[in-house]
Amino acid sequence: MTAIKETLTAPIFKNNPIALQILGICSALAVTSSMRVTLVMCVALTVVTAFSGMFISSIRNHIPGSIRIIVQMVIIASLVIVVDQFLKAYAFTISKQLSVFVGLIITNCIVMGRAEAFAMKNPPLASFMDGLGNGLGYSVVLIAVALFREVLGAGKLMGYEILPLVTEGGWYVPNGMLLLPPSAFFLIGGFIWVLRSVRTEQVEEPEFKLAKHTPVGEGV
Amino acid sequence: MSSNDSISKTLIVAFSLCIVCSVIVSTAVVMLKPVQEINKTLDRKRNILAAAGMLVEGESIEQQFSRVQARVVDLTTGKFADDAVDPDKYDQHKAAKDPARSTDLTPEEDIAKISRREQYAVIYIVRDPQDEIEKIILPIRGYGLWSTLYGFIALESDANTIAGLGFYEHGETPGLGGEVDNPRWKAIWPGKEVYRDGEVEISLIKGSVDPAATNAPWEIDGLAGATLTSKGVTNLVHFWLGENGFEPFLNHLRAGEA
Repeated sequence: MTAIKETLTAPIFKNNPIALQILGICSALAVTSSMRVTLVMCVALTVVTAFSGMFISSIRNHIPGSIRIIVQMVIIASLVIVVDQFLKAYAFTISKQLSVFVGLIITNCIVMGRAEAFAMKNPPLASFMDGLGNGLGYSVVLIAVALFREVLGAGKLMGYEILPLVTEGGWYVPNGMLLLPPSAFFLIGGFIWVLRSVRTEQVEEPEFKLAKHTPVGEGV
Repeated sequence: MSSNDSISKTLIVAFSLCIVCSVIVSTAVVMLKPVQEINKTLDRKRNILAAAGMLVEGESIEQQFSRVQARVVDLTTGKFADDAVDPDKYDQHKAAKDPARSTDLTPEEDIAKISRREQYAVIYIVRDPQDEIEKIILPIRGYGLWSTLYGFIALESDANTIAGLGFYEHGETPGLGGEVDNPRWKAIWPGKEVYRDGEVEISLIKGSVDPAATNAPWEIDGLAGATLTSKGVTNLVHFWLGENGFEPFLNHLRAGEA
């Protein structure tokens, strides 16, 4: 039981898919300009990762090695289409804003990465928990990024006014850059920095060291 | 494990997986289709109401839409052509791409950069309880800086005074061109006039409009930091209210001959 709890909670901070494995960055940049959209994306990705892990794991002993990636893709793609259809039916305006990004969950490295690295070797329940945990890890980073981007970029949170904007008679001049995707890079970078300052074991060994400059006079 | 890699096992797994997945996917699509259709229609109605400035949050969209009537206009003749297409099923954007149902625009005509214009357009007429025309809602679209802006413009019964404008789809820069969605900016439009001596005059200018200026009724504040989006909005309004757009129809309507 503790092992299963560990698979669920480890990806949230200890082995975070975005912050440590640096996976799934693309959608983290694209959908985080508003909190509402971010939350839906997080739920969608978590559902897909968890269930694809479970389904792939339950047939893992029958998947031929030669077509294993294709089999994983088919299962993931089917789940993504089902999720997309549900969003279109029950969260229409948000699904319009998410547009292609729900479909692009198929290519999200986290989903494929967990299917290949975990679900192919572990039983269904553990794989489900692993997917759930990684989805939550993804969500933690996205929600943190969206919090900064929406509040400081648009003065709002979930569409409700937090900082009254100058253009609407308030005092806050919004930072427009935060509404553009590159700002998420800085925020995720900051998140990784904070995380690795707290958990120093996540800091990677440098792969190489720069050689010292040639001392003056030696090269002559 | 070697049995898993035999050709027959590979084929069986691939085939049965495809069957199972396609059944799941098609069931989901078929089951959810009706709900999605309702959403789409509601969304369109909401956009139309919002453009006309008639949207009241919290009230049923269907109820609010009951005074709105969809009509088909032949853009070439400028008259109603309700028998030509069914307004509920007609996809105007698809028609604009179909050579059989649209006309090519020359570069001089194509100021909104839409390249083709469909023959039939679906417009919406709001009638007051006495059955008199209260508002005319026209679909508009055109290129801004990055994207095509899709929206509606609503005119008062004189077919000249603007009642509202709104875009329901665009991909302009958030905070700059994306400010076309700003309610404060949209609130500038109602009361402005389109035509001056028979020509489309309404334009976005740089900076704010001086209310005392003689041109003020035909001028709208430009969007700060979004010169090209502002230009695009001016162009698309000029196109759709001009001679290749709805101008012939509006003239007929004013004369009571539509």
